[in-house]
Amino acid sequence: MSADTTGTTTRTPGVRDGLDTDAARPDGTPKVTGAFAFSSDLYAQQMLWGRTLRSPHAAARIVSIDTSAAEAMPGVAAVLTAPDVPGKATYGLEHADQPVFASDVVRYQGEAVAVVAAEHPELALRAVRAIEVVYAVTAPLTDPEAAIDAPPIHPDGNVFRHLPLRHGDIHATGEVVVEGTYEMGMQDQAFLGPESGLAIPSEDGGVELYMSTQWLHVDRDQVAACLALPAEQVRMTLAGVGGAFGAREDVSLQVHVSLLALRTNRPVKMLYSREESFHGHVHRHPAKMWFRHHADRDGTLVKVEARLVLDGGAYASSSTAVIANAVCFAGGPYRVPNAEIHGYAVRTNNPPCGAMRGFGVVQACFGHEAQMDRLAEALGMDPVELRLHNALRPGDELLTGQVITGTAPVREVIEAAVAHDLPPLPVDGESVMALPGGAGLTAERRDVRRGTGIAVSIKNLMFSEGFDDYSTAGVKLELDPRGRPIATVHCACAEVGQGFVTLAQQITRTALGVEQVLLRNADTQIGSAGSTSASRQTWMSGGAVQLACEAVQERLFERASVRSGVAVEAGRRRHFRMRDGEVVEVDGTFAMSVAELLAEGPIEEIREHHHPATEPLDEDGQGNAHVSFAFAAHRATVDVDPELGLVKVLQVATGQDIGRALNPRAVVGQIEGWIAQGVGLAVMEEILVQDGLIKNPSFTDYLIPTALDMPSVVQTVIEQPEPGAPFGAKGVGEPPTISSTPAVVAAIRAATGRELPRVPVRPQDIALT
Amino acid sequence: MPISRPTDLAGALEVLAEVPTADVLAGGTDAMVEISFDHRRPEHVVALRRIDALREHRVSPAVLELGATITYMQIETELAEHAPGLAMASRTVGSPQIRNAGTIGGNLGTASPAGDTLPWLLAMDAEVELTSAARGTRHLPLAAFITGPKRTAREADELITSVRVPRVEGPQHTAKIGPRNAMVISVACVAVIVDTTNRVVRIGMGSVGPGPLRATDAEAAVSEAIDWEALRCPEAAIGAFGRACAEAARPITDHRSTAEYRRHAVGVLAARSLRRCLNA
Ligand SMILES: Cc1cc2nc3c(=O)[nH]c(=O)nc-3n(C[C@H](O)[C@H](O)[C@H](O)COP(=O)(O)OP(=O)(O)OC[C@H]3O[C@@H](n4cnc5c(N)ncnc54)[C@H](O)[C@@H]3O)c2cc1C
Repeated sequence: MSADTTGTTTRTPGVRDGLDTDAARPDGTPKVTGAFAFSSDLYAQQMLWGRTLRSPHAAARIVSIDTSAAEAMPGVAAVLTAPDVPGKATYGLEHADQPVFASDVVRYQGEAVAVVAAEHPELALRAVRAIEVVYAVTAPLTDPEAAIDAPPIHPDGNVFRHLPLRHGDIHATGEVVVEGTYEMGMQDQAFLGPESGLAIPSEDGGVELYMSTQWLHVDRDQVAACLALPAEQVRMTLAGVGGAFGAREDVSLQVHVSLLALRTNRPVKMLYSREESFHGHVHRHPAKMWFRHHADRDGTLVKVEARLVLDGGAYASSSTAVIANAVCFAGGPYRVPNAEIHGYAVRTNNPPCGAMRGFGVVQACFGHEAQMDRLAEALGMDPVELRLHNALRPGDELLTGQVITGTAPVREVIEAAVAHDLPPLPVDGESVMALPGGAGLTAERRDVRRGTGIAVSIKNLMFSEGFDDYSTAGVKLELDPRGRPIATVHCACAEVGQGFVTLAQQITRTALGVEQVLLRNADTQIGSAGSTSASRQTWMSGGAVQLACEAVQERLFERASVRSGVAVEAGRRRHFRMRDGEVVEVDGTFAMSVAELLAEGPIEEIREHHHPATEPLDEDGQGNAHVSFAFAAHRATVDVDPELGLVKVLQVATGQDIGRALNPRAVVGQIEGWIAQGVGLAVMEEILVQDGLIKNPSFTDYLIPTALDMPSVVQTVIEQPEPGAPFGAKGVGEPPTISSTPAVVAAIRAATGRELPRVPVRPQDIALT
Repeated sequence: MPISRPTDLAGALEVLAEVPTADVLAGGTDAMVEISFDHRRPEHVVALRRIDALREHRVSPAVLELGATITYMQIETELAEHAPGLAMASRTVGSPQIRNAGTIGGNLGTASPAGDTLPWLLAMDAEVELTSAARGTRHLPLAAFITGPKRTAREADELITSVRVPRVEGPQHTAKIGPRNAMVISVACVAVIVDTTNRVVRIGMGSVGPGPLRATDAEAAVSEAIDWEALRCPEAAIGAFGRACAEAARPITDHRSTAEYRRHAVGVLAARSLRRCLNA
């Protein structure tokens, strides 16, 4: 069966917890009760503890490294630096430009210089401290704008990518023109489970690596290259992941812990502290953005001009793809006939930035949505009306010239978001905790003003620009010891909390009519599933599980053919179907239970699922670079205490384009969780970097929303099955975080009249301007 | 590393006399953070939890005395009637878990410029009781006890045993600003007490100086302006009080906020808190 399966899913009535139900997560109870083993809980007999020595400077030459004192310490099993890397000296997600260990220069605070393995974490810490590194500190390059022309701080240069996009008539002008400059600070993924992993040397000279990550195979390939091992000698198994959100797409300790295990020939565990974690993973790109929007008097968009500069920090990570998203979607979910956009992702001595939910679109959306409000004001038009007037429809062209062939319910998501009731007006006797300032008791109702704002977004699903990010799944159907059918699903898809484990079970139950579905560990014993990112796993790995299930079904029908004597011929599938745990003849009387058909032995099938091919962007940023698109609209209502600059986000109402809700409860969870992250970016979440140094690497000072900061969320999902998508379902993970941030800021602007060109909005931005 | 767990005060003081380098552990909500950040490496720990006497409070007609290991949760519940402003400040501390463990003595021991009980204690002219085996008991006004950011006059062999404040009548309000609505370190905070017993307005300000600050000029001026019979104050005087408090602040710019915002905010809080006390 092809990937085009919309509406053609085999539905087996009667099976419990199949598709379209609120099937419970298999890992739900253990996670809530504390029984779930996260990667930080890993343990092996005789295991050593690894620890990293990191640069305290944002930029410096390494004059010398002396490890002798550390090596001489009792209980220290190994101290490794750059010369100890047997294979490739660098790694990286798309461009291998980051040294496994810095040897000549360090380019950011926190860059790894050495690792140690010792009998106890405390000994490892002492050994790290005993390593003497002499640095000659240099002036860090921290201004991304200046970096474009500054002398290169890396042999590969300072510009990861300059992506121009020219669409239509770049000289077109509109009757009404609005211009603005916007800025976004550095957000962190702030997952709760710090980086951790366990490497065990294997007898063949390879290594078994248990790791919390987002993409096992891309990790494996990088580890194998650095270790100079064939890929099959690096066997990776997913360990319990405590959140990811993009921060685990890049290698952190994978190479280091494997090197230590091979050198010491003992299991080695590494576990970052919270502070180290802030230095040990990539963050969301800070951005400086200029936009000029042209429109006709009736509000029809004529042209968008933009210059977007994203600070990628010291190493490439996924910067080239992040800037592509920012550029491609700089116009937002609107019909824009003409555009000229320039996007730059640049290298600086700031912390490296890479993937985080929304991936480049979050930055652009903050800018284009502020612009839409400015435009509405200049036109004297209602902001919702302006957006509806320009909303993309199926068949419209994007800025890249790509025509939307799938669904594009932009109008519907906007209308759904604004159709929700506004939050209730204040009542006498309300809790003061509910006012801005919360538990601090800073305000009374008379100090507070209310505002409402709207924002809309478009997000690409799956990888773009010609990348074939396929997934692989295996399904085995057999009898359990009590003679009942049981299916086992094998897929390398990283479960990072999104619920693939639930979905894989639901798909299998529905497709094969079995209630018992086991999941094997995600590992590299099967082909790649691609990354758990880009809102892609339901589509890609869900699709792979579906294909494997259908292949298993096919084999069941073959067996049924033989058993029933019905001729095995082309098109035989029409002769059988599944019903209540039986295979039944379509126009006949034969019926046999799945259990009986399995008596002759198990059935196992493995399938790959590829999305339709995409193209690279040409020199004008044009091309069919993306697979599919999802849309969301958010209306935020806030209470603001303008004099103190404190904000309470009361409600976020949303309409979201999801194709189909395969597990409605999981959809609610995704939407609420991501609105929390969007609200965080709007009013508090920022890694503060000064002269290249992180000022707040802890949850004491990197603030994420608490229950008192979380708005109520009211949501409507728009279910228009997406052609070509397995089950018609679109990814739901990213859109909620993209336009919730600009919606909240628009609401604060409405309440205060302040311009607020920067997020996160700080109290002083409201109170002192 | 030895850990002493004395069950009475004398036992604790004895250990401190013998091992003056020992670290005192109350709720551990500051101490354990310091240890995990490796800012502190204890050689010996004296844990106070088993000393029941330190967890008690005493109310006399003139004085309220709080044992050092009274927790925020106790203050919020048992002591809300006697020290309403302190109870409000306590409710802003951390999370319920922190408030169940953290103690007032620990807040004094840490003496952070952002310590949330300190503005109220300063405004109330609190005295800290320090006790040692060698020298017995002494009392220091809070202003003398806190000698700088995270620095105190406590000698190594001394325990903070209690803190006492005069009992006064009249409304109180505390308010605290942080960039999120709960679980946050203060960016600016105030405790305002409209002391009808002595007919003075008292204010303590936090996070706007190296330690908690009074604004004595502001207090004097507004105390003059208040009609103590009616408990009313002209709005202009309230506004002036806020501005005078802002002027008395000595804030810095750091990663949590700017000096300019802190000064502005503490003035706003002062005026609003006074209004609240006066139902204005
Ligand atoms: C998540 C979190 C949130 C927090 N939020 C806040 C907040 O909002 N506001 C705030 O003010 N604080 C906050 N704190 C800090 C802390 O909770 C308070 O300062 C608390 O009062 C410390 O009390 P403790 O009993 O835990 O002290 P401990 O950690 O046990 O001790 C603190 C210090 O005081 C010394 N000490 C303790 N008791 C005595 C004594 N009787 N005699 C002599 N020395 C003593 C200790 O040796 C140590 O140096 C927070 C801490 C955490 C971890």
